[in-house]
Amino acid sequence: MIEQIVFYFFGGILLLSAAMVVSMRNPIHAALSLVLSFFASAAIWLLLQAEFLAIALILVYVGAVMVLFLFIVMMLDINLVALRAGFARFLPAGITIAVLLVASMGLVVGADYFASDTYMAMPTVAAEYSNTKALGLTLYTEYLYQFEIAGAILLVAIIAAISLSINKTKINKTKNPEDQVFVKKQDRLRIIKMQPESSTRHKEPKA
Amino acid sequence: MITLPEVLLLAAMLFCISVVGIFLNRKNVIILLMCIELMLLSVNMNFIAFSHFLGDIHGQVFVFFILTVAAAESAIGLAILVVMFRNKDTINVDDLNSMKG
Repeated sequence: MIEQIVFYFFGGILLLSAAMVVSMRNPIHAALSLVLSFFASAAIWLLLQAEFLAIALILVYVGAVMVLFLFIVMMLDINLVALRAGFARFLPAGITIAVLLVASMGLVVGADYFASDTYMAMPTVAAEYSNTKALGLTLYTEYLYQFEIAGAILLVAIIAAISLSINKTKINKTKNPEDQVFVKKQDRLRIIKMQPESSTRHKEPKA
Repeated sequence: MITLPEVLLLAAMLFCISVVGIFLNRKNVIILLMCIELMLLSVNMNFIAFSHFLGDIHGQVFVFFILTVAAAESAIGLAILVVMFRNKDTINVDDLNSMKG
C-alpha cells in the first residue's frame, strides 16, 4: 500500500514536470523542470529496486547533462518570441495526438497481456543483496565488449564536442617547432655592405 | 504493491508528453533536445520495470548503455547548437536553410 502511494506521488510529479518541460516559455524553467522529472523518475527506479541506476541517473543527468543544458541556455542570447511562434496553433493537434497515443498504448499495456502470473511475482531479494554488485558482475563479464564500446563512444563524444566548439581564433602566440628547425641562415640574417663609421659621428654637435 | 501495467502506462504517458513537446516546440532546438531526453527516460523506465518484474538484471545493463549513449548525444547536440548559434545567431529550426533542402 505504501509502495503504491509513493509510486503515484512520484508518478504525478514526473508527469507534471514533463508537461512543464514542454510548455514553459523560458528554456531555463524548462531545464529546471527536466531536473525535477529526473529526480521523480530516480525515486521510481529506487522503488523498482534499481538502486545503482537511480543514483547514476541523478549523478550523470542532474549533475552533468542538465548543468550543461543550463550553461548553454544561459550562454545563448535567444529571441524567445520567435521561437514560441506556432505554439498555440499546434496545441489542439498536439493534444489530440497525445490522447490518441496514450489511448492506443493503454489498450496494449492496460489489457491482460502484462498482468499474467509471470509478471505479478515480485522477486523478493535478500537483505544482503547488492544491486550494484549484481549489475557489475553482469556488466564486466557478459557485456565486457559492449562496455568497452560504450567507453569508446564517450571518448568520441568528448573529442567531437571539443573539436566542434573550440574557438578557432588564436589567443596565444604559439610557435611552430618544424619551422624553427628548418629555418635557414638567410631567413634570419641579412649581411649588408656599408662604409665604416667615421669618428666624427660621436662628437658633440655644434650649437 | 505496484503492478507492471501501472509502470508501463506511466512510461507511455511520459513518452506521449515528449512527442507532443516535439510537436509544439518545433522551432526551439534546446526544447527539442530536452524532449528527446524525456523520451529516452521513458524507454529506460520500461526497461527497469521489466527488469524488476522478471527478476532479470540484463534490463538494467541496457539502461546503463542507453544512459551512456544519451549523455554522448546531448553533449554533441549541444556542441552543434553552440556552433550553429555562433554562425547564424539563432537557434530557430526554420532558419537552417543554407543547404536549400
